[in-house]
Amino acid sequence: MAEWVAELQMRVERGDGARLAREALIYLVLTAFLMIAVLPFVGIVLTALKTPADMAAGPFALPKEWQWRNFQAAWEGARFASYFRSSVIVVVPTVVISILLSTMSGYAFGMLRCPGENVLLLTILLGLTVPFEAIVIPLWKLMGTLGLRNTYWALILPQVALSFSFGTFWMRAHFKTMPRDLVDAAVVDGASQWGVLWRILFPLSRPALLSLTVLIFMWTWNEFFLVLVMVTGDMRTLPVGLAMLRGRYAADVSVLSAAAIIVALPVILVYFAFQRSFVRGMTSGALKG
Amino acid sequence: MIARVRGTLSGGGGKTPYDRPLLAYLFILPGFAVYALFVLVPIVGTVRYSFYQWTGFSPPTFIGLDNYRALLKDDFFINALGNNFYFILFYTVLPILLGLFLTSLLARSRLRGMTIFRVGLFLPQVLSPVVVGIIWRWIFAHDGPINEFLAVVGLDGWVRPWLGDFDWAPRAAGAVGTWVEYGLCLVLFIAGVQAIEEDLYDAAKVDGANAAQQFRHITLPGLRQQILVAFVVTFIAALRVFGMVFVLTRGGPGQETQVVSMLIYDQAFRFRQAGYSTAMAVVLSVIIIGVSALALYGQGRRERGA
Repeated sequence: MAEWVAELQMRVERGDGARLAREALIYLVLTAFLMIAVLPFVGIVLTALKTPADMAAGPFALPKEWQWRNFQAAWEGARFASYFRSSVIVVVPTVVISILLSTMSGYAFGMLRCPGENVLLLTILLGLTVPFEAIVIPLWKLMGTLGLRNTYWALILPQVALSFSFGTFWMRAHFKTMPRDLVDAAVVDGASQWGVLWRILFPLSRPALLSLTVLIFMWTWNEFFLVLVMVTGDMRTLPVGLAMLRGRYAADVSVLSAAAIIVALPVILVYFAFQRSFVRGMTSGALKG
Repeated sequence: MIARVRGTLSGGGGKTPYDRPLLAYLFILPGFAVYALFVLVPIVGTVRYSFYQWTGFSPPTFIGLDNYRALLKDDFFINALGNNFYFILFYTVLPILLGLFLTSLLARSRLRGMTIFRVGLFLPQVLSPVVVGIIWRWIFAHDGPINEFLAVVGLDGWVRPWLGDFDWAPRAAGAVGTWVEYGLCLVLFIAGVQAIEEDLYDAAKVDGANAAQQFRHITLPGLRQQILVAFVVTFIAALRVFGMVFVLTRGGPGQETQVVSMLIYDQAFRFRQAGYSTAMAVVLSVIIIGVSALALYGQGRRERGA
C-alpha cells in the first residue's frame, strides 16, 4: 500500500495527471459494475441472517444479531440436509466417471488414429449444441422402461453422457498440445498406450483436468430440469428443493434466502478456490465449442 | 511388440498420430455407449414422438404433422417464443454492448487488482439459475431493495410490484439476464484484447489514429471471434431459460414472461401432452442449432476468405 502511494506521488510530480484521472475513472466505472454483480448476493446473505424485525431496517442494514436459525430451519425443517446429500451422491460419481471416460476418448481422438474418427467426433459434437429440453421427454420414458426413474442413476447417467460430449472435446484439444516425444519414449521403453495414458499423461494433465472437473461439478450441481422431471421427495437435489421451497415458504424470505445460500455456497467456494480454472474453462471452452 | 514398434515408427515424426484403430475404438467405446444411449437415442425419440399423439403413458398414435400445424395456431406457444426472442435483447444485445463499452474504456491499460474484478464480475455465471431467481424475487419484491430505494430518493410514484406488473415483469425478468451475462462478455473481451498484437496499435499511433479510431479499426475487428462466441452463448441462454423464470415469475403475470422451456415442461408433465411437447422441443432445438451453426459457419468463411 505504502509503495503504491509513493508511486502515485511520483507520478503526480511527473505531471502524469491526465492518465491518473483516466485510470481513476476506469476504476470507478469497473467498481460500479462489480458492485452490481456482487451486491445482490451480499443482500441475500444479509437477509438470511436477519429476524423479521431486522428486515424493517432496510435491505442492506446489518443484522443486530446474526440469526443462524434461518439456516437451521432450511437445513432441518425444509429437509435441505436430504437434498444436500442427494446432490453429493449425484455429483461425485458424475464427475469421476465423466473425467475417466472423457480422458480415454480425448486421448484416442487427440493422439491415436482410426477410420471414421471425424464422423464420430461430429456425432459427439451434437451433444454440445442440442438443448437439454430436446431429449428430456424420451429420456424420462427410457428411464421408466429401464426401471431407473426415481433413482440416482436417472440423474447420473444423463449427466455423464452430456459431460462426455464437452469432456471429449476438452481433453482432445489438450492432448493435441502435449509433446509426442514423451509418448514415443515410453512406448519404446515397452509401455502400453494404456500405461502411457494413465501413468505418464494423466498426471501431467492436471490443469486441463482441474478445469474440466470444476466445470462438470458446477453444471451437475446446478442442473434443474432433469432433476425436476426424474425424481421426487428426498431424492431431489438442492436446486429443485429450493424451487419447491419457494412455493411453500413464500412468506418467509429469510429461510428462503438461507436455503439459496446452502445451494450456492459449495459452488462459490470451489469457484473462489479455483477461479482461474473456472474462467479459463468457461471462456476458452466456449471458444472451442 | 512389433505392433508397438510400428506404432512408434508411424508416430516417429512427432506429428502423426499412432495408427492404432482397434485401441482407439476401445478407448472411445465406453463413453460413447453411455452418450449414445442417453443422448443420441433420446434425440431420435424426440423427433419421432413429435409426429405422434402421445400422453406419455398410452401407446402413441401417428398423426403426421398435426402437432406442428397446431403449434402454428397455438397463441400460447407463439407468445412464449416471442418472449424468448424479446429476452435476446437483454441476454445478448445489452451484455455485448456493455462489455464492449467497458472494454473500450479499459483500452489496453493493465490495472492492479484485475483478478478481483474478474472474480466478482463472473460470479453470477456460477450461480444456479434457481438461486438467481430467488435473489431477484427478493430484489423486485414489493418491500424489496428497489422499491425501498425509490421511496428513499423520493420517487414514490415509481414504486410498484415489478414482477406482478404486466408492463414491467418482462423487462424485470430480462434485466436479470443482463445481470447474469454481462460479466461473461466482459471477461471474454478483456482476454481477447490482450491477445491483439501490440504492433497494430503502435502502427496506428504513428499514423495518428485517436483512441476511438483505434477501437473501431483494431480492437473491434480483433474481438470478432469473442463477440461471436458471446453472441452464440448468450443467445442459447436466452432461448433456453427455464429455472430462473420457473422461480422468478412462473411465467406470470398472465403469460407475460412465459417461455418455451416452461411450456415444454407443462405440456409433457402436467397436461400429459408429451407428443405435442416434443414438437415444441424440436422447433426450439432447430432454432438454436440453426442460428449457432449459421454464426459459426459465417465466421469460418470469413476466416478462410481473409
